[in-house]
Amino acid sequence: MSGKELKILTNRFDKIDPASIDDYINTGGYKALKKALEMPREEIIKQVKASNLRGRGGAAFPTGIKLESVYKEREAQKYLVCNADEGEPGNFKDRFLIENDPHQVIEGMIICAFAVGSSKGYIYVRGEYDKPISLLKTAIEQAKAKNFLGGGILGTSFNFELEVRTGAGAYVCGEEFALIESIEGKSGKPRFKPPFPTMVGVFNKPTLLNNVETYSNIPYIINEGGEKFAAIGTPSSSGTRLISLSGNVNNKGLFEVPFGVSIREIIDLLGKGIPNGRKIKMVQLAGASGPIIPENMLDLRIDYKEMADNNLSLGSGAIIVIDDRFDVLDIVYRIAKFFEHESCGKCTPCRNGNKQLVKIIKKFVTKTATEKDLSRLDILINVMTQASLCGLGQAAPTAIATTMKYFNEDYLGGICENEKAVAIGG
Amino acid sequence: MKLNEIIQKQGTSPDKLINILMEYQKTKNTKELTREDLKIVAQELGVTEALVYQVATFYTLLSTKNRGVHIIQVCEDIPCYVNGSVNVVAELENKLKIKMGETTYDNMFTLEHTSCLGCCNMAPAMRVDGKLIGNLTPEKISEIIDEYRGEKK
Ligand SMILES: Cc1cc2nc3c(=O)[nH]c(=O)nc-3n(C[C@H](O)[C@H](O)[C@H](O)COP(=O)(O)O)c2cc1C
Ligand code: SF4
Ligand code: FES
Repeated sequence: MSGKELKILTNRFDKIDPASIDDYINTGGYKALKKALEMPREEIIKQVKASNLRGRGGAAFPTGIKLESVYKEREAQKYLVCNADEGEPGNFKDRFLIENDPHQVIEGMIICAFAVGSSKGYIYVRGEYDKPISLLKTAIEQAKAKNFLGGGILGTSFNFELEVRTGAGAYVCGEEFALIESIEGKSGKPRFKPPFPTMVGVFNKPTLLNNVETYSNIPYIINEGGEKFAAIGTPSSSGTRLISLSGNVNNKGLFEVPFGVSIREIIDLLGKGIPNGRKIKMVQLAGASGPIIPENMLDLRIDYKEMADNNLSLGSGAIIVIDDRFDVLDIVYRIAKFFEHESCGKCTPCRNGNKQLVKIIKKFVTKTATEKDLSRLDILINVMTQASLCGLGQAAPTAIATTMKYFNEDYLGGICENEKAVAIGG
Repeated sequence: MKLNEIIQKQGTSPDKLINILMEYQKTKNTKELTREDLKIVAQELGVTEALVYQVATFYTLLSTKNRGVHIIQVCEDIPCYVNGSVNVVAELENKLKIKMGETTYDNMFTLEHTSCLGCCNMAPAMRVDGKLIGNLTPEKISEIIDEYRGEKK
């Protein structure tokens, strides 16, 4: 283990048998649940707010505030949902969390259900994750047998049922409303917001929807207290961050680091550098929907504020390293194709916008673009980010927008020679 | 398992639609959902055939087309691409003598493209039926295909 790592969420990895609930209990598991059941519900929410935990699914919304919103809803039926759709290319942390410690996320969900007053929860797992699906199903049965789930949990009057639902191959289903539609048995097409899921979610009832990693942090916060959690990391960003490191690095894998570590440290010290002594050409953060930055920006730290100050985001924690054998435009073209394929087609800016992006980027790849195509890209990016219905269309042009900024010469190189002369002459 | 048994086990509430279709499709040798299947599901769950058809064609893991016994899905997203997924596709096409998206003559394999499988730590990766396989090399692919072929005999 490198000095850069800090294992809170991954502490049990390789130490327990993920299929054994006894292993989990013997390593302190379900202690937080017992403690939470003796706390006033408001106090649980207070601790989560004090922890400064923010959603790890990408949008980084403060988790305590979300809990409070659902808690305050006065409907008798409320739902809890765990987002384990994990479709963003480059991310695999939720798979690791479930495959190595399935009870941790379940315990986090039960505590949140108690806090907001929900009696029914769903874990929505992408259909490709066969092993996590079966591990979760086993874990739920085990938890039921020990009365951590079911009716009258541990002698209280609190009831909570948990069910695994599987996706069927659609990236957009990671978006919260698309996921909710999918749980209801429909095509995963996002809805207009507001109202937000906290008010009108699954079956039109108030719904607390969080990412696997977000829920997995809850047992620690209850056991140790929100303040202790808040002290880990940096002033703006509390706790640890699971980093899915992939691409051209010697040591690809999952690493848990406290906020404040730089991207370069992660690539060099944990990723152990680039194979065959090659140089880094670019690094994509977050996944396909994330920004692409050049080598000279790698000293930026994993920190919500520092990222936001630079108009960047780490999304759900992917870092994809791409070495100097690869061409920026070729990479961007492939990302554009990804979004063209994954757009659900509900709204025009995204459905048509992604098609146009593919067409225009293709011209740059084949060096047949014109000066005008650069301004066309600007306009398209603007329309898509402003007018798309959901985050998919809004974030689809991020790779293009950031490469136009940081790798502008590559785009100029894609403009056809005759055009350049015309542009200069006229 | 028969379609009716799966519906009975899962229950007839409309929100079970996707899980019923996924489970039933797996049991079929052709890995497809026919119009007849969709009609039965619609009737049993009390929803329109149009809705069932829409769902069956929206999700990439569901298919209304005839496919092979084994489905090979190759990931070509960036983390796999920069680790040589192009070679993986070439090796599979060469070995199976089909192109991406096609099914072999003996109906044993269908070769499909997939979005990221969440295995980028073992890129390049693919999924054969329900199994995720990573760190692929031409030799490894050759072995895997031979193994599945051997099973048939
Ligand atoms: C296209 C798209 C895909 C998404 N995919 C995921 C995903 O796979 N997992 C996830 O947790 N959040 C995903 N999100 C974010 C969710 O909409 C939502 O913000 C998140 O699950 C909330 O949980 P959190 O507050 O714990 O982060 C996605 C968003 C969009 C727009
Ligand atoms: S932005 Fe794209 S994915 Fe989102 S609703 Fe519109 S078409 Fe669908
Ligand atoms: S990019 Fe291929 S498994 Fe993630």
